[in-house]
Amino acid sequence: MNAPQKPVMKKVINESGIEVKPLYTAADVEASGGMAMVGEPGQYPFTRGIHREMYRKQPWTMRQYAGFGNPADTNQRFKYLIANGQTGLNVAFDLPTQIGLDSDDPLAEGEIGRVGMSIDTLRDFEIAFDGIDLKKITVSLTINGAAAILIAMYLAMAEKRGYDIKELRGTAQNDILKEFIGRGTWIFPVEPSIRLVGDTIEYCAKEAPKYTPVSVCGYHIRESGATPAQEMAYAFCIAKAYADDAIRRGLPVDEFAGRLSYNFNIFGNIFEQVCKFRAGRGLWAKIMKEEYGAEKPGSMWLRMIAAGGGGGLTFEQPEVNIVRGAYYALISALSGTQTMALCSYDEAYTIPTEYSARISLRTMQLLIEEMGLTETVDPLAGSFYVETMTNEMRKKMEEIMDEVDAQGGIVKMVAEGTIQAKVSAQAYGMQRKIESGEFRKVGVNCYRNEQEEDHPVEFHPYNEDDARVQIESLQRIRAERDNKAVEAALARLRKDAAAGTNVMPALVEAVKAYASVGEMTKELVNVFGRYQEPIRF
Amino acid sequence: MTASQRRIKVLLGKPGLDGHDQGAKVVARAMMDAGFEVIYTGLRQTPEQIARIALEEDVDVISLSSMAGSHIPFCRKLKPLLEANGLNDKLWVIGGNLPAQDHEALRELGFKGIFPSGSKLDAITEFIRKEVK
Repeated sequence: MNAPQKPVMKKVINESGIEVKPLYTAADVEASGGMAMVGEPGQYPFTRGIHREMYRKQPWTMRQYAGFGNPADTNQRFKYLIANGQTGLNVAFDLPTQIGLDSDDPLAEGEIGRVGMSIDTLRDFEIAFDGIDLKKITVSLTINGAAAILIAMYLAMAEKRGYDIKELRGTAQNDILKEFIGRGTWIFPVEPSIRLVGDTIEYCAKEAPKYTPVSVCGYHIRESGATPAQEMAYAFCIAKAYADDAIRRGLPVDEFAGRLSYNFNIFGNIFEQVCKFRAGRGLWAKIMKEEYGAEKPGSMWLRMIAAGGGGGLTFEQPEVNIVRGAYYALISALSGTQTMALCSYDEAYTIPTEYSARISLRTMQLLIEEMGLTETVDPLAGSFYVETMTNEMRKKMEEIMDEVDAQGGIVKMVAEGTIQAKVSAQAYGMQRKIESGEFRKVGVNCYRNEQEEDHPVEFHPYNEDDARVQIESLQRIRAERDNKAVEAALARLRKDAAAGTNVMPALVEAVKAYASVGEMTKELVNVFGRYQEPIRF
Repeated sequence: MTASQRRIKVLLGKPGLDGHDQGAKVVARAMMDAGFEVIYTGLRQTPEQIARIALEEDVDVISLSSMAGSHIPFCRKLKPLLEANGLNDKLWVIGGNLPAQDHEALRELGFKGIFPSGSKLDAITEFIRKEVK
């Protein structure tokens, strides 16, 4: 008779490249660096959370990504979401708006209002936010290439409605460096793009000190193929590039760092994700305190939206994405995020319908109302596994940041396309692992249905007529506005852009004169040029 | 030299304004690993640019990756340009976020290979190898 075989235990390495043990003890915590970086919630290094009471005081903001068609269509969806308990807005713009084209630009044909709402002038913002209390509902603008223009437009709209800009809260994504890595809504070359981000940071620090002009996104870098540790490490490198620009302008760190925020992804292994957030919070606080000499606690806070999860959702068996979304929401709640949003189950197919958006909203509300996720701060703290992995994730992120520095820094790597090539090679490796079954995806490479349904989701309808309505509205505004005032504002914009003066005051003036997104972008392109994408494999 | 004797040459284009290029780059790598020569255009190509590059590079395959829903209006503009440049005999392939109800329209627009999200990399490269003669 054969001797009984010892069970072979498979070695487990998480996506970030860290080995996961079958058992953790106090000795592992000690060996990984102990509890030195844990601390108390609301105190440096903030690993356990940036506030003492966290969700007991106020649950996370719920901010589903929404926008399509004309501003009036989007205004309806906003009101629907708010009526269903949503507490913030996250605005989706169509691709022409995102890359600075007017609706009547020939390149915009077929794309108007398709993946977000179409915005040409201030008039469109007035319609989109009509009837929404901007003090109660904070608005996040998912805009990058054209961010300086849209921030100017948002501030002008709020001011026109009588809000005090000094007190106005809100966020713009405005993270152009990640657009060069993934997402792709760049307009200008790398250097002037960073300058524009700096202009918004500088302007808001002085004029709109409660507004968050930048939300640095690890999110899309992860979607493009980065590991969770790289996602956060690259985001920190990018945030440092913006902070360095602000400091070169003479802004003291404590005058702007508190208004930087982050956007991270939530798909993947639950524990790796939660430890990523805990590790990142401690590391960012340490960077701001030790490297930048920040003194205000707010400057050291990793304020964030932990959301989405699109990269983990599947085209196959889309209804199972509702369950994936619920686990991702759990990750987000355990991460200590300030804001949450979920990709809806149908997003591999279409932009969400009212129905699917409501399911996402209810998923987050379940955690608040039924599951006890808001009762106690950082409930996983003290777990041997979680504290060890948090220490190891932090070390991994530091190693990745050191590698970036050794290769000349994130700006150089993005400009040359080396980061893009690296994450895209990883995305290819992951796709091969999924197709071979090595990396398991339920419904994709295991537990497949014999017969997939032909029409598993309802499609959000695209209204071809929206484009005509939008173009007519733009042409009417061009005819009715004071074109002398527009020309004067655009001339000032041209002059300030060329002189290296902060362009925000000129943009605000142009926006108020109802200059269009395309007209303002053209002036900036004439000065800055257009980005040429480096193609590297 | 016939295509069977030389490397298959593929144009992989990103049509329109869509910035989602993760999938396109993954497919480009799979095609390179399959031994094809790949010309990847980068983002934001107009129909005119796609037709011009296809002609100038003398490719065997014209492939597009579309994720943001504008595939039908784009392909309607591309088809006559490819035809005017005598590229009818090339293999036209499209992949990405392509709802099932659009597949027939894409076939009528001349796209022989349709690879919606969820398609296997090897299925794409094997299809191209089989169809390029």
